[in-house]
Amino acid sequence: MPNLLRTIQLAMKSLMLHKLRAGLTMLGMVLGVSSVIAMLAIGRGAKEQAQKQVLKLGATNIIIRSVKPPPESAVNSGGASVLRYGLLRKDYDLLNKTIPTITQAIPIRELNKAAWHRHHEITARIVGCTADYLDINHLNMAQGRFITDDDRQQKKNIAVLASGTADELFQYENPVRQSVKIGSKFYRIVGVTIPRQASAAIGGSMSGQDYNQDIYIPLETMRVRMGDLNIDRTAGSFSSEYWELSQVTLRVDSQDRVVETANVIRESMKQNHKTDSDYAIVVPLELLKQAEQMGIIFNVVLGSIAAISLLVGGIGIMNIMLATVTERTREIGIRRALGARRRDITIQFLTETIVLSGTGGIIGILLGLSTKYAFAGIRTFVESFIFEGGKAGSDFAKMFSEMRPEPVPWSLPLAFFISVGIGIIFGIYPARAAAKLDPIEALRHE
Amino acid sequence: MKLAAQVIDIQKHYDLGSVVVKALRGVSVDFPHGDFVAIMGASGSGKSTLLNLLGALDRPTHGEYIIGGRPVSSISDDDLSAIRNEMIGFIFQSYNLIPQYTVIENIEVPLHYRAGYPSISAKDRKHIMELGDMVGLGDRMDHRPYQLSGGQQQRVAIARALVNNPQIILADEPTGNLDSSTEAEIMEILCNLNAEGRTIIMVTHENSVAKMAKRQIFMKDGIVAGEGFFPG
Repeated sequence: MPNLLRTIQLAMKSLMLHKLRAGLTMLGMVLGVSSVIAMLAIGRGAKEQAQKQVLKLGATNIIIRSVKPPPESAVNSGGASVLRYGLLRKDYDLLNKTIPTITQAIPIRELNKAAWHRHHEITARIVGCTADYLDINHLNMAQGRFITDDDRQQKKNIAVLASGTADELFQYENPVRQSVKIGSKFYRIVGVTIPRQASAAIGGSMSGQDYNQDIYIPLETMRVRMGDLNIDRTAGSFSSEYWELSQVTLRVDSQDRVVETANVIRESMKQNHKTDSDYAIVVPLELLKQAEQMGIIFNVVLGSIAAISLLVGGIGIMNIMLATVTERTREIGIRRALGARRRDITIQFLTETIVLSGTGGIIGILLGLSTKYAFAGIRTFVESFIFEGGKAGSDFAKMFSEMRPEPVPWSLPLAFFISVGIGIIFGIYPARAAAKLDPIEALRHE
Repeated sequence: MKLAAQVIDIQKHYDLGSVVVKALRGVSVDFPHGDFVAIMGASGSGKSTLLNLLGALDRPTHGEYIIGGRPVSSISDDDLSAIRNEMIGFIFQSYNLIPQYTVIENIEVPLHYRAGYPSISAKDRKHIMELGDMVGLGDRMDHRPYQLSGGQQQRVAIARALVNNPQIILADEPTGNLDSSTEAEIMEILCNLNAEGRTIIMVTHENSVAKMAKRQIFMKDGIVAGEGFFPG
């Protein structure tokens, strides 16, 4: 085997004879290899995104949320009448008592209301909840304590502030043991939570939750002090809505039984609801499956692009190398006369092909690594032109907009070896054709 | 006298399907060490075929070719390559340099194909520079062939032919593309090489060039028609 480094160096020299030609020949490889990298990066990104979401929401959880029905159904009930919708305490009891695989059911009710401390006023999300809320949403206390079962039983007038709320209402004071006014009533503050990153939106039914603008009060306290009816008076209009619970988070005893439990829940919910338009069931575990399917779709599409590009790229390389061999027949004759064996000629042209495809591969890898940024650009474009103001049309579009490609480390050497392999596969024939030439005829070639 | 090369009754036939062309029909020539032979003859006389066989680019259909004591008529293709690399230096009419390489890299080419593929050492580089000086290319070693005149390109080819220190130099009309003053310069280099003891076999059809060789061989219709000292 001749000196490898020198062989590569000389191969580059020969390729540099036709820079444009070499560049164009590499394009197929570049595209193919970058598709391989991108494919794996997108697949990984989608999976990680889903896993992160599932981890946040809990893989064994099933979440049922009240959904305000679309306006058409409200029109029927008349302008000023009460719009009733959403989860009922009946639902909660039914699910909690009849489904044995559910180990824990955590109800909450939430509404937006103004809250005051002295002259500071903010609109906060008031969450009526139970002691489990803290744990299930991965919240932690900065100081004081969270709501306890005791608070609920005694329907105490206490509140726990989220960090953002605390900062805005009590700018330079310690909020604990002070009071906050919600609506017309006062609540004693017993604790403040640590800031938590907003959760991602899930499914098509929930928007992202910002946990930092909340005020937590015991669920029972909310019921007795605020009732289930919420009247909203805004300029010139008057609307009242009635809902009992905003969300119930159900914990299933094992991950294997999440899907069947979800199916049972879907059936059970029909008992108290005529339509399924006023609630939504979100199963985080199903999101993971959905993400995996998405990943497969992307992999098939990009995989086909990669395969076709690599094939076409390989054929292009072979074509150019055949042309090169014809063009350099004289050179082959000279080398043979000066003592090159057939094998030396094969190695020479094979090296040139591999250098060509390998360089294409390296450029492709760099391009593939930039997928992350390219993807962000494409997403911005797609979102602003197709989704009309951020409203995702379908689950697909939604997934797309949440996807964050993450390059997979082992895909880099893989892609490089693929490009080298393509060089060998498509380079061997031209190289052997070159080696087979008769030296005398090659020397005579004009 | 020890022979540098020897051909014994060699024949070369080309099978063209319908007819068999007999390019050489039994040629026997001895080339002693230090010989300087001009092979002359009209085109089609078989002199190029003889040169190809002498250059180990081809095998005879019949007969034996012995170079440096080794019979080569039936050795493998790889062994022929090795013979060309180690024992023969080629000089062509059209120089045959590799266009993308510099002068140094062109001279280097035979070194890449040495037995065992040793890397090019500092000693090799020094040798290349010496050869460059010897043929008078001193300051042009980094040029590319298209930047050189015909005479300069032929000097590069001569340096390349000498780099592996071969016993025999085969020159195929070395001055065919050159004007008379350059021709004289190239012939002077060849005469000097011969004076150093190298065996030179040259094909030419110019009397002025053939005259400078020690002896001449005339070929006609695939056989040696005459041998002797010019004008013989």
